[in-house]
Amino acid sequence: MSAAEKAQAAQSTRNGWLLSTPALVILTLFAVGPLMIVAVYSFLAPGQYGNVEWQFSLDGWRGILWTKDIFDDTYGLADANVTIFWRSIRLSVLTTLLTFAVGFPTAWFIATRPAKSRALWLFLITIPFWTNLLIRTYAINEVIRNEGLLNTLLLKLGVISAPIQLLYTDTAVFIGMAYVYLPLMVLPLFAAIDRFDMKLLEAAYDLYASRMQVLRRVILPIVKPGIIAGSILVFVPSLGAYVTPRVLGGGKQMMIGNFIDLQFGQGRNWPLGAALSLTLLVIVTAALLIYVKYANRDTAHGH
Amino acid sequence: MLRPRVPAAQYDQNQRERVTLSQTNAVEARNAVKAFGEGDNSVRALNDVSVEIRKGEFFTLLGPSGCGKTTLLRLIAGFEMPTSGTILLDGQDITYLPPNKRPVNTVFQSYALFPHLTVAQNVGFGLQMQGRPAAEVKETTARMLALVKLESMANRKTSQLSGGQQQRVALARALAPQPKVLLLDEPLSALDLKLRKEMQIELKRLQTETGITFVFVTHDQEEALTMSDRVGVMSAGKLQQVGAPKDIYTRPVNRFVASFIGETNFLSATAEPGAARLATGAVVEMPGLARSGPVTVTVRPEQVRLVDASEPGAIAATVKTLVYFGTDTHCYLALQDGSELVARLQSPATGEVGLQQGQQVGVRFTPGAAQIVED
Ligand SMILES: Nc1ncnc2c1ncn2[C@@H]1O[C@H](COP(=O)(O)OP(=O)(O)OP(=O)(O)O)[C@@H](O)[C@H]1O
Ligand SMILES: [Mg+2]
Repeated sequence: MSAAEKAQAAQSTRNGWLLSTPALVILTLFAVGPLMIVAVYSFLAPGQYGNVEWQFSLDGWRGILWTKDIFDDTYGLADANVTIFWRSIRLSVLTTLLTFAVGFPTAWFIATRPAKSRALWLFLITIPFWTNLLIRTYAINEVIRNEGLLNTLLLKLGVISAPIQLLYTDTAVFIGMAYVYLPLMVLPLFAAIDRFDMKLLEAAYDLYASRMQVLRRVILPIVKPGIIAGSILVFVPSLGAYVTPRVLGGGKQMMIGNFIDLQFGQGRNWPLGAALSLTLLVIVTAALLIYVKYANRDTAHGH
Repeated sequence: MLRPRVPAAQYDQNQRERVTLSQTNAVEARNAVKAFGEGDNSVRALNDVSVEIRKGEFFTLLGPSGCGKTTLLRLIAGFEMPTSGTILLDGQDITYLPPNKRPVNTVFQSYALFPHLTVAQNVGFGLQMQGRPAAEVKETTARMLALVKLESMANRKTSQLSGGQQQRVALARALAPQPKVLLLDEPLSALDLKLRKEMQIELKRLQTETGITFVFVTHDQEEALTMSDRVGVMSAGKLQQVGAPKDIYTRPVNRFVASFIGETNFLSATAEPGAARLATGAVVEMPGLARSGPVTVTVRPEQVRLVDASEPGAIAATVKTLVYFGTDTHCYLALQDGSELVARLQSPATGEVGLQQGQQVGVRFTPGAAQIVED
């Protein structure tokens, strides 16, 4: 490489950085910056009326899993917190599974429609997004409450003799989340299935594969990128969900999101809230890393 | 010479067995009808097709686009069920058997290789689905890859292969489970001319080596003639003629077959015992012709010879146009009644056939070349 070429390469690198400055500024201002503030707050002491005292403390981080005994100042495991974490993870996994179970056939259906009606189906799938999340969640509330649509119908049909208590249970929360996040599963699945060459079905079927084997050995491995994308898009917001557990869990079936909210509100423990937020971030990142790594290793081996 | 003494009854039975065995067809369609759509917009892709494909033969279905070749193949593979009629494999009725239960494999026009699997995994797929032991899958896969000369590509992804290599993988994948019949739907149409010629030879070699019955679809008549043991010519959902390439070329049964395979001339004539009288009054000898009334006579351009105009018995004609094609020269002629005739003359070393436009010549057909065809 000549000196002139070197200078040119250096120049283009400089230009590259210059061009990405706006993006870097925005990232710093809106992502890294707030995150740093949260990180700093998590190491401070709680103020009397919310806010923080500028004084180093590990109580915020300790409070995630341990509680201080009010009588002898010893620390014990905070059962309530563990329950909330466990519920969050469990409900998010269930939500992801349910959206996949419902979303896969839906996406398949849409992808196999003629090109004209396909656009219409996709449009219909996104309609719920037009409405406010809170309103959609209250709509679910209206359907599943004891005097709601579902119970009335089942009672009338004589399937049940007394209303089923669905509202304010874990089931209600995860059904609600699955409903809310379904489009996030359907759209990437649709994109993957749309690219899938339907001739491969005939090829596999011709080569002695049963219907189940066609699904497991051909369809699922090939649309896997869509499954991964959809699962991430559903799992991540589920884990941090706030509105749905609040409205359908009735404040009793708390998830991490509600718990964090509590610390910044009534709890007046901003350091704990900040530490919880970071914990959530770490859990999500870890889950994603494990998932992506597992998925990639699987692909590398071919099935 | 002494013949081995075999009891008459047993001899008879052996004979009969041999006859029935050789008569079992690999595949047979009986009165197959396939209609798509319903009511007024229904399309009859196949209209009463009956065909017998013999064991171990290279059978080609030839016909223009939309004539129903793919549909017939899909009935044999099991991807479609006939509206009526029967499909037999080895004499067994398989009309309603699903594709994964039929010992029949397909090479798709688009290859349809599995993109998430390696070349070797693609080839072994059928064997795995059949539940064969891992050792056998491995061994057969290696053998198949050697057969199509792709051993070195075993661990590649199929997207990293050229068109011709993908074609070979598709072939190996379909051959690996040793099907009774291999169906090939225009497998060479995506390849360029040179590769196509190579693959034609390759296919023929594979068919001979494996002894598997091949049912091959093409709309390229040259491909059909050079590769097949027998050809079935289709048009508009019907099988027009089935026969060896030579029979089909030299004795086409109707105008469609005659014109679809190779180039040919048609002349209207009146049949007389042992001859056909052309509209010009000239007589073409056709020994054995035993019918009368108006007929169509066909003769291939390469069977038309030009002689001196004064030669007795020659049909008088005028040279209209000469087109030089390299190996041969096409000579467009007009007969006295205005009907046209093409003669294909071998080009001499100089390239000059020694004819002029407007020249009067005599035309003769090589004996046996003129044929009567139905319309
Ligand atoms: N699934 C289908 N639905 C409706 N009509 C069909 C269907 N499949 C085939 N056809 C019709 O049946 C007829 C025969 O089709 P087929 O695909 O068998 O033709 P082909 O001989 O294979 O033609 P090509 O050489 O173009 O592949 C066509 O008119 C086609 O439009
Ligand atoms: Mg076709």
